[in-house]
Amino acid sequence: MEWETVIGLEVHAQLATRSKIFSGAATAYGAEPNTQACAVDLGLPGVLPVLNQEAVRMAVIFGMAIEAHIAPYSVFARKNYFYPDLPKGYQISQMDHPIVGVGHLDINIDGVIKRIGVTRAHLEEDAGKSLHEDFHGLTGIDLNRAGTPLLEIVSEPDMRNAKEAVAYMRKLHELVRYLGICDGNMQEGSFRCDANVSVRPKGQAEFGTRAEIKNINSFKFVEKAINHEVERQITLIESGGKVVQETRLYDSVKDETRSMRSKEEANDYRYFPDPDLLPVIIDEAFKAQIKADLPELPEAKKLRFKADYHLDEENIAILTATRALADYFEAVYKKSGCEAKLCANWITGDLSAALNKAGLEINASPINDERLSGLLVRISDNTISGKIAKQVFELLWQSTANADDIIAEQGLTQISDTGVIVAIIDKIIADNPNQVEQYRSGKDKMFAFFVGQVMKAMQGKANPAEVNKMLKERL
Amino acid sequence: MHTKTLAELSLGLHKKTYSSVELTQFFLNRIDQHQALNSYITVTPELALAQAKAADQRLADGTADLLTGIPIAQKDIFCTQGVMTTCGSKMLANFNAPYNATVVDKFNLAGAVMLGKLNMDEFAMGSSNETSYFGAVKNPWNINSVPGGSSGGSAAAVSARLAVCATGTDTGGSIRQPAALCGITGLKPTYGRVSRYGMIAYASSLDQGGPMTRSAEDAAIMLQTMAGFDEKDSTSVDVPVPDYRAGLNKSLVGLKIGLPKEFFGEGLDENVAATLAAAIAEYRKLGAEVIDISMPNLKLAIPAYYVIAPAECSANLSRFDGVRYGYRCESPVDLTDLYTRSRGEGFGKEVKRRILMGTYALSTGYYDAYYLKAQKIRRLISEDFKAALATVDVIMGPVTPSTAFGIGEKMDDPIAMYLSDIYTIAINLAGLPAMSIPAGFVANMPVGLQLIGDYFAEVRLLNIAHQYQQVTDWHNFIPTGFE
Amino acid sequence: MSLTADDVNKIAHLARLGIDKQDVAAYANDLSGMLDLMTRMSEVNTDDVEPMAHPMDQAQRLRTDIVTELNHREAFQAIAPQVEAGLYLVPKVIE
Repeated sequence: MEWETVIGLEVHAQLATRSKIFSGAATAYGAEPNTQACAVDLGLPGVLPVLNQEAVRMAVIFGMAIEAHIAPYSVFARKNYFYPDLPKGYQISQMDHPIVGVGHLDINIDGVIKRIGVTRAHLEEDAGKSLHEDFHGLTGIDLNRAGTPLLEIVSEPDMRNAKEAVAYMRKLHELVRYLGICDGNMQEGSFRCDANVSVRPKGQAEFGTRAEIKNINSFKFVEKAINHEVERQITLIESGGKVVQETRLYDSVKDETRSMRSKEEANDYRYFPDPDLLPVIIDEAFKAQIKADLPELPEAKKLRFKADYHLDEENIAILTATRALADYFEAVYKKSGCEAKLCANWITGDLSAALNKAGLEINASPINDERLSGLLVRISDNTISGKIAKQVFELLWQSTANADDIIAEQGLTQISDTGVIVAIIDKIIADNPNQVEQYRSGKDKMFAFFVGQVMKAMQGKANPAEVNKMLKERL
Repeated sequence: MHTKTLAELSLGLHKKTYSSVELTQFFLNRIDQHQALNSYITVTPELALAQAKAADQRLADGTADLLTGIPIAQKDIFCTQGVMTTCGSKMLANFNAPYNATVVDKFNLAGAVMLGKLNMDEFAMGSSNETSYFGAVKNPWNINSVPGGSSGGSAAAVSARLAVCATGTDTGGSIRQPAALCGITGLKPTYGRVSRYGMIAYASSLDQGGPMTRSAEDAAIMLQTMAGFDEKDSTSVDVPVPDYRAGLNKSLVGLKIGLPKEFFGEGLDENVAATLAAAIAEYRKLGAEVIDISMPNLKLAIPAYYVIAPAECSANLSRFDGVRYGYRCESPVDLTDLYTRSRGEGFGKEVKRRILMGTYALSTGYYDAYYLKAQKIRRLISEDFKAALATVDVIMGPVTPSTAFGIGEKMDDPIAMYLSDIYTIAINLAGLPAMSIPAGFVANMPVGLQLIGDYFAEVRLLNIAHQYQQVTDWHNFIPTGFE
Repeated sequence: MSLTADDVNKIAHLARLGIDKQDVAAYANDLSGMLDLMTRMSEVNTDDVEPMAHPMDQAQRLRTDIVTELNHREAFQAIAPQVEAGLYLVPKVIE
């Protein structure tokens, strides 16, 4: 039988606020255990939550970016369950009245655009962490993460294979970073997802029974976990079994999903409106302010880059992957006054390679837009050749000097003085009579030999166009 | 000194007739003499005397407030840094809060002296103060009777003059009912008027702290310090705090009093009814006009309350799990065992009953029938009050169906106990301010008259109470043995 | 409406509330009595009534995003039943 896969994703994006969603404790990652868990985060008796404005603003900005309905009235509810990383015995979340309603996100699968529906996005608090290293057979609880704001983004079951799911997740990842609402750091758990996966015979209208795979924290694992789960479900059904609705955990080491019985046991969450918090009212003025601050979104930027800079698809895709890189490109373009293609090639080529190698983000690049511009200007005006430019780039990376100083100091200025070039050409012609003979008898390939010899003799500093021109004249 | 009101004692302190240290020592001695009442869970003599000393300094410096140097006591539901906060429960018998409730901070700032922490029903769940892990409190008017609850320790202590005044909290009548049964003045402010930060939650949308005092004037002085916006409490209301004493002497001529017929029907003890009728007559003499009104949905207040309050409490009390503070069972074998035994051993029966009820009401399949339905009833009740208060200035009625019942009398019948809250809980559902003031005695046991006002009309309520206290002296009676 | 002992045990488990075996019947009886009291709510038609979650018809106030809480781990953990290396300890969590 032919099977069709149905996938919906629930993505949890930690919002990049300074303080927690309901308390004034810091959200910074990596602090000593429980040093960023205040009385509110610990759920001490008598303490009360107060909502962080920035978390609300970030949720609304996200809603606007996916063209969703922004709820003028949204409500926080308590989701009740007992777990040691959940200090109050309930999670403050949103149920009936989420802050962001129906929206959508377009993904590109091999050039074909597919629209994925977003059911809703709601604000909630993150839980703490259980550390399972052995404390005499006990588990340690660190509540630093408890209360970190999360935006849970729930998709429609619109994806039909793991590839689409990955594309959707990447698209979301790009978007939240663009909006500056999430740092997107998947190793630190800032951006993670649960996948609802089911299979059904091709052509069947109703969905099969789904399993929820929890806490997937890399793009690679999304694909692997879904593919594994699909295979498991098909094998199960084909051997006469039945998929049960359950929560499963993806084990990246064994590359398998397994049932999480601990989460299954008590799933009557008894949601009800949190009486410690009042309804969140978002009026037109608040929305207008956010709209005014809304950055250019990835799709719009891509179109603009194509129209304004005439770059190829690949360069556009790389340059617009993050707002920071796109901004860097535009700064270089503006400051250098060079051709867009030259700017793009250097940024997506040498600079990106160097950054990758060093494990740095563009914001931490040792060569800022100003210094790269200085280099590109000297390439454009033929002061240095492309080859020399690579040397200068190396030196820019290692020092804080600017391109002009490096060129002057190292004597790397391109030589266009025809007298100097002619003298060297004549010497090479004289020293290599055999090669001259071959060339003159029709072996055109020998021309490259002479170019190479000239450049070598001039330590690469000769203007290649001049060398070509003059060699042709003298030979 | 114990026969004097807060206002009188404050005057004495300012005139240096006695020092705060003397006054404090005097009250500490009385607490010591009358331990049998069991009104205090924790007495803090050293802290009190240190605070009294500091207060005397302020009195000498001329930087004193009306409350500076006055020995008060806190219901043990308000978190106090450095002093145990038990909430009347075994669960928190060892709990030393690492912070102060906003209300406690405010009293500290005013220079009040804290004598100790007052007994209460466990987690404020009860109407008799018999559910306290620290034992029942006795009514000073008859030690075989209950003082009411949940602020039973507060009412008994103020009534027996073991503190000049005390704080209480009121979720379904927990200030007004014990105030009535112990013959003192109690005020439950408008919801959101007094910060709930650091006040251990029972039912968050109903809980409200307030003063328990001898007189309306004293309540005005206390409320002046307690009230105010708190940015740490999202439900705190940001409206200016008026001068609560400014309107005390206003004439009541033309005051419109509404008497809901639902408050005076079946179930109200006829002697209590007669006492209240006499009090209303007194108001007529003061120039008030009495109007019969009806609030048809009042009869649904008890069922709605006993869904909403337990539902909220079932979640509010989930944090007591033996992990971060509070009681933890011995040698738990696994996580479920840690939870069920810590909670099972740490909570008393009434608390468990309400957690079970609330858990049930919120569970799948019952939410609409119970919780949502109760919230809709809550709206209807609130609208009844709004309609009534559009036609009258104040609603009056009983606080309790009878005077204080005997200790142990209703412990085996929780439903009967719940029904005794019939006149008070609707006010919490609506969030309105209300008072109980001493209005007479039936067989030597005090009777309270309830005054219910519009939102933020505390000034008016205090005025109405004060004027009555100018022409009656029920609030000055002291129980035998405590004179 | 009446609750069985089984119902009580289920709710108690949901609430992680240990109750003595000999008390289960009494709880079932008390809760059934409370539920009887609540059936009175169905006497009133509330189809068009907006549920009321808060006494005040107000909007949630929003806090400025600044860090105001410093590290008080020592004070908070001084009142904890079991801690080690800054962590709260609980019986092993099995996922």
